[in-house]
Amino acid sequence: MQDSSIHAANAALPAHEEHPAYLRHHFNSAEQQADAAGFAMWLFLLTEVMFFGGLFTAYLIYRNWYYPAFVTGSHQLNVVWGATNTVVLIFSSFTMAMGVWCAQTRRRRGLVLCLALTFILGLSFLGIKTIEYREKIEKHHVPGFHYSLQSFLDPKSNPEVYAEYHDKPLEPDMARHTELYFSLYFLMTGMHALHMIIGIGILGFMILRARAGAYTTGHETFVVNFGLYWHFIDIVWIYLFALLYLISRH
Amino acid sequence: MSENTIVSLPDQATARIPKDNYITRENGLLSWLLTSDHKRIAILYLISITFFFFIGGALAGLIRLELLTPQTDLMATDTYNKVFTMHGIIMIFFFLVPSVPATLGNFFIPMMIGAKDLALPKINLLSWYLYMAGGLLALYTMTVGGVDTGWTFTTPLSTHYVNTNVLSTGLAVFIAGFSSILTGLNFIVTIHKMRAPGLTWFRLPLFIWANYAASILMVLGTPVLAIAIVLIALERTLGIGVFDPTKGGDPLLFQHLFWFYSHPAVYIMILPGMGVISEVISNFSRKRVFGYTAVAFSSVAIAVFGFFVWAHHMFIMGISNYAVLVFSLLSMLVAVPSAIKIFNWTLTLYKGSITFETPMLYAFGFLGLFTIGGMTGVFLGSSGTDIHLTETYFIVAHFHFVMVGGMLMAFLSGIHFWWPKMTGRMYPEKISQLAAVVTFIGFILTFFPQFILGMLGMPRRYASYPPEFQILNVFSTAGATILGVGYLLPVLYLIWSLRYGAIAGDNPWQATGLEWQTQSPPLTENFAEIPVMDHEAYDYEWLEKQQKEKGVANAG
Amino acid sequence: MDHISPVIWQFLVKWLTNFALLPPEASKVAPQMDALLFFMVLVSLIGLTIVVLLVVSFSILYRKKRHPVAVQVEGSTLLEATWTIIPLGLFLVMFVWGALIYFRVYTPPANAMNIYVVGKQWMWKVEHPGGQHEINALHVPTGRAVQLTLISQDVFHSFSIPAFRVKREAIPGRYTTVWFEATTPGTYHLFCTQYCGTNHSQMIGDVVVMTPEEYRKWLTRSDSGASLAQDGERLFASLSCAACHNTRPDARGPSLANVYGAKLPLASGGTVIADDAYLREAILNPSQHVTQGYAPIMPTYQGQISEEGVIALIEFIKNLNSDYRIEQTVNTTEMPPGSEGAPGGKTPAAKGKVKP
Repeated sequence: MQDSSIHAANAALPAHEEHPAYLRHHFNSAEQQADAAGFAMWLFLLTEVMFFGGLFTAYLIYRNWYYPAFVTGSHQLNVVWGATNTVVLIFSSFTMAMGVWCAQTRRRRGLVLCLALTFILGLSFLGIKTIEYREKIEKHHVPGFHYSLQSFLDPKSNPEVYAEYHDKPLEPDMARHTELYFSLYFLMTGMHALHMIIGIGILGFMILRARAGAYTTGHETFVVNFGLYWHFIDIVWIYLFALLYLISRH
Repeated sequence: MSENTIVSLPDQATARIPKDNYITRENGLLSWLLTSDHKRIAILYLISITFFFFIGGALAGLIRLELLTPQTDLMATDTYNKVFTMHGIIMIFFFLVPSVPATLGNFFIPMMIGAKDLALPKINLLSWYLYMAGGLLALYTMTVGGVDTGWTFTTPLSTHYVNTNVLSTGLAVFIAGFSSILTGLNFIVTIHKMRAPGLTWFRLPLFIWANYAASILMVLGTPVLAIAIVLIALERTLGIGVFDPTKGGDPLLFQHLFWFYSHPAVYIMILPGMGVISEVISNFSRKRVFGYTAVAFSSVAIAVFGFFVWAHHMFIMGISNYAVLVFSLLSMLVAVPSAIKIFNWTLTLYKGSITFETPMLYAFGFLGLFTIGGMTGVFLGSSGTDIHLTETYFIVAHFHFVMVGGMLMAFLSGIHFWWPKMTGRMYPEKISQLAAVVTFIGFILTFFPQFILGMLGMPRRYASYPPEFQILNVFSTAGATILGVGYLLPVLYLIWSLRYGAIAGDNPWQATGLEWQTQSPPLTENFAEIPVMDHEAYDYEWLEKQQKEKGVANAG
Repeated sequence: MDHISPVIWQFLVKWLTNFALLPPEASKVAPQMDALLFFMVLVSLIGLTIVVLLVVSFSILYRKKRHPVAVQVEGSTLLEATWTIIPLGLFLVMFVWGALIYFRVYTPPANAMNIYVVGKQWMWKVEHPGGQHEINALHVPTGRAVQLTLISQDVFHSFSIPAFRVKREAIPGRYTTVWFEATTPGTYHLFCTQYCGTNHSQMIGDVVVMTPEEYRKWLTRSDSGASLAQDGERLFASLSCAACHNTRPDARGPSLANVYGAKLPLASGGTVIADDAYLREAILNPSQHVTQGYAPIMPTYQGQISEEGVIALIEFIKNLNSDYRIEQTVNTTEMPPGSEGAPGGKTPAAKGKVKP
């Protein structure tokens, strides 16, 4: 395996020679530092894949076993909100990518604007998620908190959903398994939302630093790597949307 | 240099510990607690894992004391269940998993590759804090009633049928898991991106290869444990039903998720130890490790195959016979690279120039005990014999042979080998050799009878047992007492050596690694100038030339 | 053996049994498993001896005093190949041999007699089809294949009989099976080997192997008065199963006569063999196991029947050659209101389904 970042020219570092302020002393060069940071972020994202992977495994198995319950459960989700959220996130990935370009081309104001837009879009995503969660709470579809099977034993009790899907009532033992569906729904979207919240927090921090010009003077590594993280969260959401919202659509 | 040892110490009358080193560079507690120096972090880890080791060891002592008699007479059965659970959790998550990587790995990986620190020093410090947070939470849990699910947290016992502190223990393990992930991540980035000029992959010391393979396992496997713990927590608090058959869930799903991490975990625990053995055997036979490439690749092979054998912990649980076939076959395959290593190490001795200092004694102990432990693993990997042997003391003996007879011996070997480099002091040789021998004898007496107990059918995790098993249990407890002495001695004389030990000098073992070409203890920045590698690993001829050039006067 | 003094032989046997490394062999598969274990011990001993011999002899031959200058040897592809292929070969032998034994232990023969075992914290409940109930004990005859159908009422347990060399997990939510054929009368240990909580180490008992004659006597004197099938019939009546599972032409559920072991077409497509696992699932999770041609209207009995109850029902259904007994339960239970058809006292002959 070759690594281009090791330069023999940088081999000797005698007394403190000229180097950018952001170069940490244990690195030989700025390229090596940026290279290492990028590699570390990709590796971290790989661990995130493994983390979500466990949840996806559970989902795949139970969806296979209890397909009717999963279908009926998914009909309780609002596809319009879900699709809107998907568009919001994709657009936020675009603004994030624009932000990275701004940082790399040293456009300070552009960078701040892009980060701010990403921030707002992220907040919108969380806002829509809050609306959706509230609806679930009102309908007693939260496992462990007065979970109610009413909507599945008697779909007509839920007029808007019934009008769209005309679900047949589920047998009680199959209806029980909708609780499993919603557990996975809250677990997977909740874990995703947690990552969003952390991302938005970091975005806030980045906006302040960007205004001070921290990322537009040649050291845009932080922005680039955060961009990777943000795109990853976006991709996870796309999978979640497809798996949780679109079960019975072909 | 004498005939029976390669140790070469500087003239004690004039030798001094170098004034400027990583220990003296800064003073004060905060300079240690807020350090980003990988060597200081390694020392922080060394102190903390030693602390946890003795707590886990005390718990082991309680287990063995209870098992002296067939009845439960020392403690209530519930208490015994908590004792063996906490023994397992502390020893695995707070001692074995971080042992070599977080101490010797942290200290020496940057030095061995000619770097000034790991790629992410602050993340390294975070790793230690996460480890301490998890460890202290686990200890706190012990004081408020502990947990009695077994370290394997089997559902539905852990989710529905115990009222002990499953959540806080799970949280402690979860936090410690992130410590492990960050350490592994740091190592992988460092090894890829910060090697000195000229240091190609196949010039790396085998210690690096071993830790690299273990780091891959840490990074890819631990997140799955994390999610398994999250699921247990939610099942326990909210009853989400994911492992509850009455709600359509499946308790076997937990087994799959748990063992998907926990099997690679055992390779996380042993691979770094194998790395140490490579270094020690090479040094004390003055030879390049036989079959360097084979040993390097076998480390990676163990890591890769290790991900595909997890269900051999589930052979009798009702998984399909065909799944059993696949996992049994793969388990046989994963045993082969370990066998390759044992033979390569043995052949390294051929035509060498062998001396028997303490690190080498521990390495020999490893060779014998790990061979036994590894082969008994094959007994278990074969599905038919697993039926009789699983869930008995045979399993307990098997994993203690590989973990304690293997990994712990390797850890002690490494500590003794690199002690002079880390502290600048040598430990007293005679008592350390004695401790190694005492440990070896104590270990065999403790754990070999357990193989027989297992074959006779004595189940594990039993507080009381049929009287005919008593004799073997008494042998085992007697051995544990001896083993305890064997582990206590090093703590005593190593601490003694900090003040009174001989000054070690740069390279008391005449070793070839880059870390030995610096002062002892090293400078904070490790190297005054970045070295350029122009020779292979374990190049004793290069070392000789170096020493002649430097005009080093070898004592004796 | 005639050149070994009988006294010494006596001592040898005494030592070997007192310092036995394995439990007594009391089942047909035990000697087979011991043979493989012996092979593995042998291979391990040889492997260990080779390693120890090499390490010790190299340490002596090449110690520094005797061999002060090391000779650098890079490696040997031939040796690498040798010590890769030989261990791999040996391990593969163990894999195949072990797999054969594994399949043997977990594939019961068709003529095995079935005994049910329900594990719970912290006891084993053993149910013989003839109605004998045991706690923490298992009586079996020699010379007969015995299948155990295991399930747990709560957490994972594991039913272990070291003398038979068999062990199987008892899991909540599904049946597991294991079989053996006992060969030597005697009393042997029964252990729970999967940690299950406080009294895990007290969940032990005795497996009593008897000659067929003794076993017959034991069966008679341990009879509880009703076989499992009769218990099941009573449950069938009290739960009003016959309201739907009868032979009326408009019956809402399929007839259960001869259903055990039959191939059933499922409403969801595909076919399934109606074995113990299927029947249990059909009672507890009926909407996923609907027979083709019937509506998914069967309510679930989850929470209303214990595992022993399910076992009793399964035994009843297993022994159902005709609908006579079902019709009897129809007669003895009240029909739910609103159902068509008069409760009939129709003679079995009129239905044309009686088998002797």
